[in-house]
Amino acid sequence: MEYLAQGFISAFKLLISGDEQTYSAVFTTVKASSLSICISLIIGLPLGFILGYYDFPCKKQIRAVVDTLLALPTVVVGLLVYAFVTKKGPLGDYNLLFEISGIVAGQVILILPIVVSLSATAIESLDERLKNTLITLGATGNKIILSSLFEARFAIMAAAVNAYSRAIAEVGVSMMIGGNIKWHTRTITTAIALETGKGQFAMGIALGIVLLCIGFFVNWVLIFFRKRA
Amino acid sequence: MKKFRLPIFLSLTILFLISSSFVSCTKKEAESGKSLMMSTTTSTDNTGLLDVLAPEFKKDTGIELKWTAVGTGKALEMGKNCDVDVLLVHAPASEKKFVDDGYGVNRTELMYNDFVIIGPKSDPAKIKGQSVSKAMQTISKKKARFASRGDNSGTHKKELTLWKDSKVAVPEKEEWYIQTGQGMLQTINIAAERDAYTMTDRGTYIKYEANHKGNPPLVIVVENDKSLFNQYSAIEVNPAKCAQAKNEFAKQFISWMASDKGQKMIGDFKLMDKPLFTPNAKK
Repeated sequence: MEYLAQGFISAFKLLISGDEQTYSAVFTTVKASSLSICISLIIGLPLGFILGYYDFPCKKQIRAVVDTLLALPTVVVGLLVYAFVTKKGPLGDYNLLFEISGIVAGQVILILPIVVSLSATAIESLDERLKNTLITLGATGNKIILSSLFEARFAIMAAAVNAYSRAIAEVGVSMMIGGNIKWHTRTITTAIALETGKGQFAMGIALGIVLLCIGFFVNWVLIFFRKRA
Repeated sequence: MKKFRLPIFLSLTILFLISSSFVSCTKKEAESGKSLMMSTTTSTDNTGLLDVLAPEFKKDTGIELKWTAVGTGKALEMGKNCDVDVLLVHAPASEKKFVDDGYGVNRTELMYNDFVIIGPKSDPAKIKGQSVSKAMQTISKKKARFASRGDNSGTHKKELTLWKDSKVAVPEKEEWYIQTGQGMLQTINIAAERDAYTMTDRGTYIKYEANHKGNPPLVIVVENDKSLFNQYSAIEVNPAKCAQAKNEFAKQFISWMASDKGQKMIGDFKLMDKPLFTPNAKK
């Protein structure tokens, strides 16, 4: 139990004193997950829209596959990406291993299904009449996509926050691909794994609290703007 | 007004996301001039040895040492895949195979520590002070609980040879044999929770002692046996197999570690006033 109290105290100290190692891990975490969420949204939102809006053959089956991918274990994604980015692998020449770009590649695979699945659900649950109204008013192509996405904005923002949370909290990809290299690819979660390995449980809890603070901040921003709008 | 808030908010968020992606990027690129990638075992990282050596190495050679701490099995695998430039590991038999198979060159012995068998203060199997093989036989006969790494690491491989050398079959499926599949300190903690014996390198044990402020629940019961010797060596990844490996830097690292200065720093590295590693590079 004393770990918890110590953890809270040292979390506070780390953040206030501007501990260089902690902030390096925080920046790496934020950088990697920000990049992955941007890429996932760019790829995932159109896919989610198509999956939620249109009817086409095999739609249910594709949906089932996407929903299954929500359960991808992070370590499996790590192994999968490792097989590609190791020097002997097909993408070995791009030097992605032990780099943040490699972590991003893994995280995109990890969170893309979340973005696709949740945004498809968001589009599906829009009022059927919206579609008809839009078409009646003469909207076409892009206009329909943008208006639908706009109407579903809160559900989509929630999907993004969900995906972001998974990206900042995952440890399998960051450990396997990033390698937990000090000052370079050490994220908060791999630092927690390391501190636990060292037996510094209080430090691990402190870093966990730092991670939760980031998550809280993201969610708080979302709540704030939902109230405003 | 209300209408404009969401787009403004969204563009601000995106701006933040993108800027956070690039700001730290430029800083890091400036730093990484000369760097050397090493895969090593958890013991050198968890004890903090590399945190002391790396800055000095950079000061002397201008090369930044980056390392990833994994089990010896995975460290060797990364060497085979050309993912790293140099290895610092402690499983002599596997290392020799690695070199014989042509994956590595210039294996250099740098330092050693030794393994110890630790157990509860009450010593339920009464093995204190026995020889290793006697102790292993007694543990097996009395079915005293024993925690094993079970992760193909250097320490795990060592433990398996101890069972073999003691003429005891590896107690793979026995109920008293706990295979944790985790790092050394986690395994010690599991052993402590379950009142079990376990085998660890002395460096990690001293670290464990320090974490418990000198009064840990598990104490050393068997030590100073010749078969408990634990040699650490560095190996260059074979540049003939891995064209991109920074072999020049790897050579510099190994000769720095074997130099008088490197060896002295290894010997001077202490926790609780106890040295963790003994340098033994051949001159």
